[in-house]
Amino acid sequence: MFDSLSERLQGVFGELRGHGKLSEADVDKAMREIRLALLEADVNFKVVRQFVNHVKERALGAEVMESLTPAQQVVKIVNEELIALMGSGDSRLAFSGRPPTVILVAGLQGSGKTTTCAKLARFLQKDGKRPVLIAADVYRPAAIDQLVTLAERVGAPVYAPGAHVDPVDIATDGVAFAREKGDVAIIDTAGRLHVDDELMEELVRIRKAVKPHNILLVIDAMTGQDAVNAAEQFKQRVDIDGVVLTKLDGDARGGAALSVRAVTGKPIKFSSTGEKLDDFDAFHPDRMASRILGMGDVLTLIEKAQTDISDKEAARLEERLRRADFTFEDFLDQLKQVRKMGSLSSIVGLLPGVPGMKELKNAQIDERQMDRIEAIVFSMTPEERRHPDVIDGSRRQRIARGSGTQVADVNRLLKQFREMKKMLKQMAGPKGGLLGKLPGFGGP
Amino acid sequence: MDWHEAFKGLSSDLPAAAAEHEDEERRGLFGRLRENLGKAGGALREHFRTILFDGITDDLWEQIEEALIFADVGVEATVRIVEQLEREASEQHLTSRDELLGCLAGIVARLLQPDDPDERLIDVSGEPAVILVVGVNGTGKTTTIGKLAFRLAELGKTPLMVAADTFRAAAVEQLSEWASRVGCEIVRQAPGSDPAAVVYDGIAAARSRGAGVVIVDTAGRLHTQVNLMNELAKVRRVIGKQIPGAPHETLLVIDATTGQNGLRQAQVFAEAVAVTGVVLTKLDGSAKGGIVIAIREELGIPIKLIGVGERLEDLRPFDPDEFARALFLDETPAGS
Repeated sequence: MFDSLSERLQGVFGELRGHGKLSEADVDKAMREIRLALLEADVNFKVVRQFVNHVKERALGAEVMESLTPAQQVVKIVNEELIALMGSGDSRLAFSGRPPTVILVAGLQGSGKTTTCAKLARFLQKDGKRPVLIAADVYRPAAIDQLVTLAERVGAPVYAPGAHVDPVDIATDGVAFAREKGDVAIIDTAGRLHVDDELMEELVRIRKAVKPHNILLVIDAMTGQDAVNAAEQFKQRVDIDGVVLTKLDGDARGGAALSVRAVTGKPIKFSSTGEKLDDFDAFHPDRMASRILGMGDVLTLIEKAQTDISDKEAARLEERLRRADFTFEDFLDQLKQVRKMGSLSSIVGLLPGVPGMKELKNAQIDERQMDRIEAIVFSMTPEERRHPDVIDGSRRQRIARGSGTQVADVNRLLKQFREMKKMLKQMAGPKGGLLGKLPGFGGP
Repeated sequence: MDWHEAFKGLSSDLPAAAAEHEDEERRGLFGRLRENLGKAGGALREHFRTILFDGITDDLWEQIEEALIFADVGVEATVRIVEQLEREASEQHLTSRDELLGCLAGIVARLLQPDDPDERLIDVSGEPAVILVVGVNGTGKTTTIGKLAFRLAELGKTPLMVAADTFRAAAVEQLSEWASRVGCEIVRQAPGSDPAAVVYDGIAAARSRGAGVVIVDTAGRLHTQVNLMNELAKVRRVIGKQIPGAPHETLLVIDATTGQNGLRQAQVFAEAVAVTGVVLTKLDGSAKGGIVIAIREELGIPIKLIGVGERLEDLRPFDPDEFARALFLDETPAGS
């Protein structure tokens, strides 16, 4: 995400790095590039103007001129201004002292409200909460079915009286239902255009009826200049508390994040980053700014590792990696741990340096390939998993048949496994291990 | 442009009901469309009115640029359009606001005009014709299919829907609801089924039941998800194997609120499944959908349909002149 913007800025700063000191012309050139990059990233043009002015003012100041590394100084300023623009610090949900805490989820059609509700429920469950989902989208065909199905998947109670009931009543009764069944009520509402008076009024009525502790506006990260109009209208009509930014696993540069924050003054609270229900995270403006600048997002990855992998599991894994005594059983375990953290491509996106690294960016991580690998290992006997050397030609054929793959696939995996084992032996030591480079896995 | 002119391969004698409906719409719906597009163009026109009353000043060109940027036209296309406008304005000695806006609308309309008039038609001449509908998540694919099937049925075709979005929870139910509203058949399987298999069944069913147009709904997917894009390419191959030359149309649905990423979406989807046209949805909001100008200009993909509301009737053939004029001008679109 955001890689084109960071690439662009890196391009600008790459040029700046070549100079000993910054002239006004240098700064102007950099600002022009930043302005263009931000416009191409869909940042609202008014916000762009404001942003570039701030950066320029500061870049032209003495601190840059006197600094030993002017380029780094400009990176720092842009970073700081990005953070200032997107808000600073954590933006947590407000929890009520008297449950249930009510969360109203609203937004335009197709922004991802229903999926967000389910992901948010999963997210809250991990935090020990007992969320209840409420289906108040009575307009879109099958929206209720969608929420009910997702609620089942998440394992959360759902209040869904049907499409013939008034959404205001659904919300009110749903909150009462949530009081019995849990401690957080998440209300899914119909997608509506901010110019649709009637439906905006309905949202106001829902708000008045249930007095939500949090009203979240869901915004698609691919939204263009219109993001500010929609956000402003929703803010004026229903007074939103925060924003959820969705579809960040695409390659949209996500300028909407900057615009919406600047225009509404409301924090972006969560980001949604993939097809899986776990691909959902608290939004941290400071980290996002680092990410925009190509500095990766190590903190998010650490948090992901912490919630998804228990300390004990991590210690066991590390121990095995240190022993470098690695079997297919360990391999399978490890594969499971990594996959638990969300889709691989979303994890790679969080690694520092990745946005700027062309070769890694283009390396496709094939989730189905992972499925195949898992199938192959599952088709091995315990003996084979522990001692892969016993796998001869006929065993290979059996494994291929059992896993629905080709013998060539099995051969490839065995070869990769041997190489990995060799590598692990070489790396054996305190910093060894396949995941040693990932934070939270005992790396440096 | 009327609906029966939007398709290639309709029977020449239009059902009487459809003709009557079109007459009615020419009066009623054009007004509605204008009103909707007017909403989109309103802010822009306001912008122009304030900047253009002062005559042509040094700031003017930059402000026009910004207005185009605000419509999501994108930096590159905006620069080219403004250069063209400057050239034409000086050649034709334009001085007034209206002249300049008319010139601007003309430039945009020309950019959106297909090279060959047939290019903007939706080809339903195959027997059966197959229309594959693709796009990123949440753009309105399923809704578009409902409205398109409604039109085709009205124009005397027998549409059949294929629910190949087996991934999103309740997507099949959503399409089924549309099928029952339209009164057409739908081929579906259990959630999680292989989309290619559903499509295979769908085409077989269309053949045996004599359906005229097969419309295939697919799961929304971000163009960056390589596996999902490969899956889509496979769906397309399966269709082509059953009916040589199919799918006859592959429509990419783009949400009017989409920013510059829309161009990238169009690029990747076009590479994966040879997109033949764009459907621009959600024009009833305040978003302007200017990204289609960049898509048409840079990729040459014609815009075929626009969505202007939630009712079955709220899908329209795309008309470049009407779109450009409604975006930039106050006056009534020509021919209505």
